[in-house]
Amino acid sequence: MDSQENGLLLSVKNLKTYFELDEGTVKAVDGVSFDVRSGQVVGIVGESGCGKSVTIKSVLQIVEKPGKIVEGEILFRRQSNNGSGEMVDLAKFKATDKEMRSIRGGEIAMIPQEPMAAFSPVHTIGNQIVEAVLLHQSVSKEEAREIAIERLREVGIPSPGQRLDAYSWELSGGLRQRAMIAMALVCNPVLLIADEPTTAIDVTTQAQVLNLLRELQQQHNTSIIFITHDLGVIAQIADYVVVMYLGRVMETGPIDDIFHNPQHPYTKALLKSIPTVHSQSRTKLPTIEGSIPHPFNRPSGCPFHPRCSEFIADICNQRLPSLQPVNDKQSVSCFLYHDVEDKL
Amino acid sequence: MDKTLQNSDALLEVKNLQKYFPIKRGFIKKVVGYVRAVDGVNFFINEGETLGLVGESGCGKTTTSRCILRALEPTAGQILYRTKEDRVIDVATISQNEMRPLRSDMQMIFQDPFASLNPRMNLFDIVGEPLYVNGVKNRQERTERVADMLRLVGLRPEYMRRFPHAFSGGQRQRIVIARALVMHPRLVVADEPVSALDVSVQAQVLNLLLELQEELHLTYLFVAHNLSVVKHITNRVAVMYVGKIVETAPTEELFSLPKHPYTEALLSAVPVPDPRVKSEEILLAGDVPSPSNPPPGCYFHPRCRYAEALCSQEEPALQEVSPNHYVACHFADKLNLTGVAN
Repeated sequence: MDSQENGLLLSVKNLKTYFELDEGTVKAVDGVSFDVRSGQVVGIVGESGCGKSVTIKSVLQIVEKPGKIVEGEILFRRQSNNGSGEMVDLAKFKATDKEMRSIRGGEIAMIPQEPMAAFSPVHTIGNQIVEAVLLHQSVSKEEAREIAIERLREVGIPSPGQRLDAYSWELSGGLRQRAMIAMALVCNPVLLIADEPTTAIDVTTQAQVLNLLRELQQQHNTSIIFITHDLGVIAQIADYVVVMYLGRVMETGPIDDIFHNPQHPYTKALLKSIPTVHSQSRTKLPTIEGSIPHPFNRPSGCPFHPRCSEFIADICNQRLPSLQPVNDKQSVSCFLYHDVEDKL
Repeated sequence: MDKTLQNSDALLEVKNLQKYFPIKRGFIKKVVGYVRAVDGVNFFINEGETLGLVGESGCGKTTTSRCILRALEPTAGQILYRTKEDRVIDVATISQNEMRPLRSDMQMIFQDPFASLNPRMNLFDIVGEPLYVNGVKNRQERTERVADMLRLVGLRPEYMRRFPHAFSGGQRQRIVIARALVMHPRLVVADEPVSALDVSVQAQVLNLLLELQEELHLTYLFVAHNLSVVKHITNRVAVMYVGKIVETAPTEELFSLPKHPYTEALLSAVPVPDPRVKSEEILLAGDVPSPSNPPPGCYFHPRCRYAEALCSQEEPALQEVSPNHYVACHFADKLNLTGVAN
């Protein structure tokens, strides 16, 4: 099999997740495609409302109602015992299907954004981690407890035996985030989805958590989908980047090319507009004009065209560009790079 | 008490500011301890400059800024402010009545523009209310001044009758800025003004703040946790850790030549948006101590990699190590710390 050779683990193809509301349809994810190979850290970057969270919630089939996957495929290689690695389409499952439930939390695990809100305050950390183990592995309660302690130790929680019986509110922000990572890793997932795992914590703790994720990733060769709006964090952790805007993929490529040879006008503008600790102080930053449109008020054609500096009249506002390769590494959805006549 | 400003250009000088919050327990609400949110803070801001106040969550930066505006009653210390008439007033001790005329002189920009605007007031009411309260009762005049203000912050005056829900995050922050500036204040306290905004909109608001400062000769106290943003907008920076200032210095100097180990660690932890620069973070062990039970000596010593016996016994004082560069560390002159190069 071709996809087996290049280690394809997850392949999202033309995913569309819409929310049917009384006021109209919100196209939160509108034709997103990307691949994750085994051992790869894929960063999804985008601003609020770009659909990055809904994309990964679709992968796990945990989109809140009335959100629904209306089109597309989410191919995932199952880790069967004989190692055949059969590809299944997650989009075809119902959220409550037995197979989906065994994948969710088992083969694909997630680290949510707010560690404070993600743990139950009325159960101990240990209870919650042991529950995850018991759901996915056939072990006794005592063994599950041992596994949980081992994981807590691995993520660097001091005296894990005692911490296991602590409640989430007894731990500091950094420890809580570590416990969350331990819980996500407890069933040895092949794919870890981290939804803004460091946004709610301080810089020094963020550095600790990123370091930990990097180490664990190298030890277990887990693939990670890392979602963030912080380009600094992405640059430090990802191998491959997917840039999203208003439910669509604008550009994809290896990390180095995205930062040093960006092709899409949005990626270029975004990179220029962020202040860094290296920049000269009290100078004017280049900006992106305007603001992100309201979801009910999506622009026609390319969603970025009203803010784009390289807008082509009568094309960008009328037709939707598709994601196409511009060189051997990067793909871009922009009419600057591909022939408009192709798209007719 | 001595009511002179150390520096003749200073607009505001905070001396030994303290704010303790009592911890109450039990039925009779007995005070069992104090959270020392702000514990002896000293800094000054010169007229027309921007001072950045940085630190991690819980370090007391917001409490400090609220005390300056007397939104909170300080426990002790002086907040010396130079009025328009060139008189020096101690804001920390004057009565609320005496504070009133100063209120329009000192304004605040809040963090979350989705929470700080009343959804049932339109733009004219939001931006016009400070004018009305301060005696501009003529509706025509108010309309004109609100229109001018909206134009100044980059909003169309025709939007005056609209409500906040019709605006995006960046536009809302412009409304908040318009409201803060409509009385022509001299001191503006901005508490994390861009951290709730999207990356592409952040730059617009930062540019606007810089432009307005030049045009209206404003003085900013810029509270933030994002060091990249602070580097971008400030002239000088004060770094806080568990209720105390550990270092203040001109921005470029603080970033290139930090003198306090905490500043060094903080700078190294900022992720650099360039995959070719592999950041070498100094990973701090453990967590920020609780301000209700800080460690003895230097508050940073349990996490400091240069700590020696002295650090756990004696609290270091804030000392001037080079012009305008103050550090609270026993070994400030001996340590050779790395900053970030330009």
